[in-house]
Amino acid sequence: MPYVLALALSLLWAVVAFGAEGPETAPGRILARQAVKDDKRAWITADHSQHPILKQPFSKPEDVTRACLSCHNQAAIQFHQTIHWTWADPADSRGITGKGRLTVNNFCIAVGSNEPRCTSCHAGYGWMNKNFDFSKAESIDCLVCHEQTGTYVKFPTKGGYPPSEPTPFEGKEILPPDYTKVAQSVGKPNRHNCGSCHFYGGGGDAVKHGDLDSSMTNPNKALDVHMGIDGQNFACSRCHSTRAHHIAGRVYATPAFTERKSLLEDDLTTKISCESCHSRTPHKRHAKANDHTDKVACQSCHIPTFARALSTKMHWDWSQAGDKERPVHKDEFGKADYDPKKGSFVWKKNVVPYYAWYNGSIKGTTAKDPIDPTKPVRLSWPEGSPDDPKSRIFPFKVHTGRTPYDTVHKTMVIPKLFGPKGSGAYWSDFDWGKAIAVGQEYNELPFSGRFDFVDTEYVFPITHMVAPKENVLPCTECHAQQGRLAHIEGVYMPGRDRLQTLDMGGWLLVGLSLVGVLTHAAGRIIAASRR
Amino acid sequence: MPKIYLYTRFERFWHWLQAIIIFILLCTGFEVHGVYTLIGFDRAVQLHNFFGFSWVVLFVFIIFWVFTTGEWRQYIPTTQKLWEVVRYYTSGIFQGKPHPVQKSKESKHNPLQRLTYLALTAVLLTIQMGTGLLYYLYNDWAIWGISFLSLRAIAFIHLVCAFGILSFVIIHIYMTTTGHTITSHITAMITGWEEGEESDIPEWERPAKR
Repeated sequence: MPYVLALALSLLWAVVAFGAEGPETAPGRILARQAVKDDKRAWITADHSQHPILKQPFSKPEDVTRACLSCHNQAAIQFHQTIHWTWADPADSRGITGKGRLTVNNFCIAVGSNEPRCTSCHAGYGWMNKNFDFSKAESIDCLVCHEQTGTYVKFPTKGGYPPSEPTPFEGKEILPPDYTKVAQSVGKPNRHNCGSCHFYGGGGDAVKHGDLDSSMTNPNKALDVHMGIDGQNFACSRCHSTRAHHIAGRVYATPAFTERKSLLEDDLTTKISCESCHSRTPHKRHAKANDHTDKVACQSCHIPTFARALSTKMHWDWSQAGDKERPVHKDEFGKADYDPKKGSFVWKKNVVPYYAWYNGSIKGTTAKDPIDPTKPVRLSWPEGSPDDPKSRIFPFKVHTGRTPYDTVHKTMVIPKLFGPKGSGAYWSDFDWGKAIAVGQEYNELPFSGRFDFVDTEYVFPITHMVAPKENVLPCTECHAQQGRLAHIEGVYMPGRDRLQTLDMGGWLLVGLSLVGVLTHAAGRIIAASRR
Repeated sequence: MPKIYLYTRFERFWHWLQAIIIFILLCTGFEVHGVYTLIGFDRAVQLHNFFGFSWVVLFVFIIFWVFTTGEWRQYIPTTQKLWEVVRYYTSGIFQGKPHPVQKSKESKHNPLQRLTYLALTAVLLTIQMGTGLLYYLYNDWAIWGISFLSLRAIAFIHLVCAFGILSFVIIHIYMTTTGHTITSHITAMITGWEEGEESDIPEWERPAKR
């Protein structure tokens, strides 16, 4: 039969055009597999436990640094230029942007006047106040990033120093390091090195990032397909490529990367973007997903929710602080909803990100920038627009808060939070007016004496916790009228966008056609029955 | 009742294959548009793309056939007896009057059909395939230097045509019931034979005689 033949031919066309692809032929997977072939021993030519200089008994951490630098004589010069050391945005010519400068967030606001607490996460020793000497080589803390024993702990309130004797902190005793042992253990930074600060930003586990917390020290594949210890088992530095101690990935106004290059195009490029290893067309040939990569970041579909293992802080209301009588409740995750020093909190787990156009640049508000307190103040926000070819629709954690501002000068303020009784520190004296006055003066900023609290927003790009491909977002999470991208402008999205009048007109036409033929048919039936 | 052999094998094949393709494209297209959920958005997109391309391939064959066989003459628009045909469908049909235009091998479309099918093929379907291709190849617009186009506008034109085609399908299916019997037009499109004046199978399509 010719029909059968024709049908068979059309089916063959289907196979030729669409069916011949196996699951492993997605070019992005093949490229990535090749990029991560790794022999851990291939780069190591020294056993540090055999160096005589590391066999001495060290009495203070600076002596360890001097020993390191006696061989690694360029390391301090390199490290002094990095953001890990300066805590400043290199792109800001005013020199006031960055966590170590006047940028404010809605966690513990800012570093200035609170140094010894905040700088326990500085890769250095002794940033106790604004007079810290950033030029001293021996002040660099090599160990926090490089030691591999897991026993080296910087004390939470000593400006980056480990304790010199066993010291209690919040119910736990923190031990001084065995410097000889930790110095001899050094190697390439592993997850627990980076995580010792980056998992605990904001003063606790999972407070800040939402996609970085202690669950990422040993995640499974379902939590992070790259870092899963039952999968690829990546260390942070697999993607955060490092050159002369500059670690790719920090985002201020300067993006983590400006060009989307794959290793095929430039074998020395950083691996910081998904495209570096997966290319711009990572999915199977003909897959519609490949057509999305010009507008949608990989993270938007491949990180369906963040904070999937531990809950993360989503809201922090400082204006509630100070009530020592207020009962503290634990939420479903065991997190306290209130702390008289800090105010009230909201923690959430499995959070759906907020999506925005993003070109890789995050702008921030400093304590010098004028604000409009009549609406929520964006303390940090992603730059980008649908017309910018470098922009993608990208997922974010948005941390909301209520933080103090100067009602006369209309600027955010920097309160002194940490310090002994009588210093004006809020956590000791519980007097906002005094804490703000001391903090502002310390940072050489004006204060009118009048303050209030304003709603604020602070954003974190969500880029870790990439889920296995089985858990990718279904299309209709966004291709729907009330989907995740309902607020995104500048793109046409089938399933989301429609012109009401056109749809109504179209269905009217279809309806009229139906009514027309039915009426005509009825007329014929009646006419025939009368004849 | 005498019969004429009106539709050759390939003509019947392309008609029905095109009918199936259009049916699938309408079903999947309106699902992608978010009107209902039937087989899932991503499968609807995949099927829509596949059958969209299949349709273009088939359409090329149809156009080739229409021109090489001289069948294009069947689509030349005419106003002769147009008014009579309109009058027949609006009144004569109810009075049991005969159709004013007899079908024949040389002229198998009445003037109204000629106009409709010409507009459908040359305008509606062509625009639909064109906008569909542009839509599919959206990521290559920059390479071709046609980035000034708006995806929103292309999508809206595609949707307008889809409504037009759906409306045509409804009326077209109904019109098949207006032959000598309810099913005679559909039978003709299946077997090739339409009830009407005496005719014969053309020489080239006869079964070989031994």
